Amino acid sequence: MIINHPLFGPRDAAEFVYLGDASLMNRPDPKAEDAIQQFYEYMYLRDNPAGEHRELWFHEQGDRSWLIVTRNTFTHEITKVELARQS
Amino acid sequence: MRYNALQILKQGLTGHKGWKPAWRKAEPKFDYDIIIVGGGGHGLATAYYLAEKFEQKRIAVLEKGWIGGGNVGRNTTIIRSNYMLHENEGFYEFSLRLWEKQEKDLNYNTMVSQRGVLNLAHTDPQRDAYARRGNAMILNGADAKLLDVEGVRKLCPFLNFDNARFPIRGGLWQKRGGTVRHDAVAWGYARAADMRGVDIIENCEVTGFAIQSGICTGVQTTRGQIKAKKIGVAVAGSSSKVLTMAGMRLPMESHVLQAFVSEGLKPTLQGVITYGAGHFYVSQSDKGGLVFGGDIDGYNSYAQRGNLPVVEDVCEGGVSLMPMIGKARLLRMWGGNVDMSMDGSPIIDKTHIDGLYFNGGWCYGGFKATPASGYCFAELIATDSPNDTAKNFRMDRFSRGLMIDEKGQGCQPNLH
Repeated sequence: MIINHPLFGPRDAAEFVYLGDASLMNRPDPKAEDAIQQFYEYMYLRDNPAGEHRELWFHEQGDRSWLIVTRNTFTHEITKVELARQS
Repeated sequence: MRYNALQILKQGLTGHKGWKPAWRKAEPKFDYDIIIVGGGGHGLATAYYLAEKFEQKRIAVLEKGWIGGGNVGRNTTIIRSNYMLHENEGFYEFSLRLWEKQEKDLNYNTMVSQRGVLNLAHTDPQRDAYARRGNAMILNGADAKLLDVEGVRKLCPFLNFDNARFPIRGGLWQKRGGTVRHDAVAWGYARAADMRGVDIIENCEVTGFAIQSGICTGVQTTRGQIKAKKIGVAVAGSSSKVLTMAGMRLPMESHVLQAFVSEGLKPTLQGVITYGAGHFYVSQSDKGGLVFGGDIDGYNSYAQRGNLPVVEDVCEGGVSLMPMIGKARLLRMWGGNVDMSMDGSPIIDKTHIDGLYFNGGWCYGGFKATPASGYCFAELIATDSPNDTAKNFRMDRFSRGLMIDEKGQGCQPNLH
């Protein structure tokens, strides 16, 4: 797969490390009443869609930026790449 | 029709005109007692044990494609019971015992070949960890033997023993492990279940569940609505996709695992060999091809095909362990979708919806579990209580902090 980095242009996916669903950026509030339930869902449960998936990739062999990549899990086609810090 | 030597002789003398299809092409009925969603190894084994051991009637298996077209025909065919944690080991040993009598049970030649599984150790701590694992296996009734370098050399003289970085220090040998012809397992269970009255319905994809006030009463399919009192889902690889239709989110991600086979070579490997310093495992098929694999690609995927960096990584592992295969040509490679659960262990449990049962999360080790998974899932569906060897494979173990984390790696689906 080729990931079209917003700053560097097309880069081999092998330069990146994959983390998972982009919703992992939304850490629950530890002070919430149901924080335990929220953290359980945050840690363990995933939507795991078959189709379009927004996901986090870390450019470890490059500028060490986090990217949000929108990719189709059926076809591996990448339709959008954003810097995580700008989203 | 029972298969035996006499039958072969009879058919041989009559021009092989009397062989019948191994199972009927069943049409879906309006309702059943039990529906199993997913006609893979686990689903077919479940249907077989429901009919054979738990005396259930009116059972259907719904398969969206054809029998043998999913992961049961895509794995690297290895059977073993060399786990460490007691939550796992008892179950996998139960499975290995079912493998040992499978051909007689099913009256089908699944080519169970107990030629041994060897895990290589490359450091002293790794050898110590294998000693511990071997003891855990023996405590659970399995067989295990710790080999020193000479012991490994005797079994596999061709390995790269003096690799400067990863010399071989010994290994853990399970003699009863081995390989099984994987698609024969699907066909054998399909035929045995069919002979006991199970309807195996191919090209019938489930598109929804009928759920009313917390009770599941049937499924919608591409071939119409079908009612059932109990519904078991065994669709590992697509578990999230299917159970999303029942409004559930699962503790897993779907990933792609690739497998490879080389051109046919002369018989060289006795059993299965796993590399302890890289991720590479290999066995030799009866046709002579080296069947091997390694890590998952590492990103969510339902594509049933992977990418080249993992191909390179797996082949590097192979050549570093067995330099002699450097000139062997790769014949085929393919990918399968696997449920990667959050602790690397499976789930066989009821769901919060009455009448809906779940079997999945097999990561990339589901094939060896096929018979026990079917048996335990059948027991759960038939009796509503879990089999003793599978009672820890609970859905709620993540919220209760009772993970079965064989590798001790924590919540990382892309590492297992």
